[in-house]
Amino acid sequence: MSGEHGELPIAARVRRLEERLIAAGLATDEELDEILERVFTSASPVNGARMVARSWKDPGYRDRLLADGNAAAAELGFGAGTRGYLLKAVENTPAVHNMIVCTLCSCYPTALLGPSPSWYKSFAYRSRAVREPRAVLAEFGLELPDSTEIRVWDANSETRYLVLPLRAEGADETDESVLASLVTRNGLIGTAIR
Amino acid sequence: MGGQTGFGPVPVEDDGQFFHADWEARVYAIVRVLQRRGVINAAFDDLRDAIERIPPAEYLTMSYYERWLRAAEMLLAERKLLADD
Repeated sequence: MSGEHGELPIAARVRRLEERLIAAGLATDEELDEILERVFTSASPVNGARMVARSWKDPGYRDRLLADGNAAAAELGFGAGTRGYLLKAVENTPAVHNMIVCTLCSCYPTALLGPSPSWYKSFAYRSRAVREPRAVLAEFGLELPDSTEIRVWDANSETRYLVLPLRAEGADETDESVLASLVTRNGLIGTAIR
Repeated sequence: MGGQTGFGPVPVEDDGQFFHADWEARVYAIVRVLQRRGVINAAFDDLRDAIERIPPAEYLTMSYYERWLRAAEMLLAERKLLADD
């Protein structure tokens, strides 16, 4: 550790940085608070789940989602949260299972998936998902048949992914909000079936 | 980290929380505000680049938001955007 940084407990070091940013005119306390307020109130896997449920109900929406993720997110009101990167939706089928990783860091569409899980940021997931995806999925309790192809998408800051899970049984007869409640954050990352 | 070995099983449990300490939330907000000011670009590349420039021996001992903090400090120092203490 470099001496300058190592001496202060981390919370004090962060507060010190905040003070210096404020002094330099690069931030205000109000702005920092507002950013956090917005994250806590708007970023949620419920948003991604709504996009999935809509895709299951509406083939036209599914096609638009696969063609242009950003436009499809905006259609449901999530345009602001998905600006600044390309959103690509990848669709699971009985033959192909998709999963997302960010080997470099933790890139991920937070507005649609909510807080990225600790495991998504872990060294183990980041290093192993690209080398042995099947073994990693098994650790999540997801055992896929050998005949299922696994596609691993390595996100970066410019391109981020959303998995469109396998359509739930009986989706035609089920209310969209009920369908959305079947979709989990892990399903949207590809470490669960839904 | 892609393809490296030796990190053991994936810690699959998660509590669905954004942050696990107040300082982590503050680091997140600092990075976002720097993005807003154009100090960090919209796509995040320069923060990621700075994270990658943390020496590996330190990188591996730091928590996630500690790496963000260090990277933000590096960028601010390199661009001489803060007054000296």
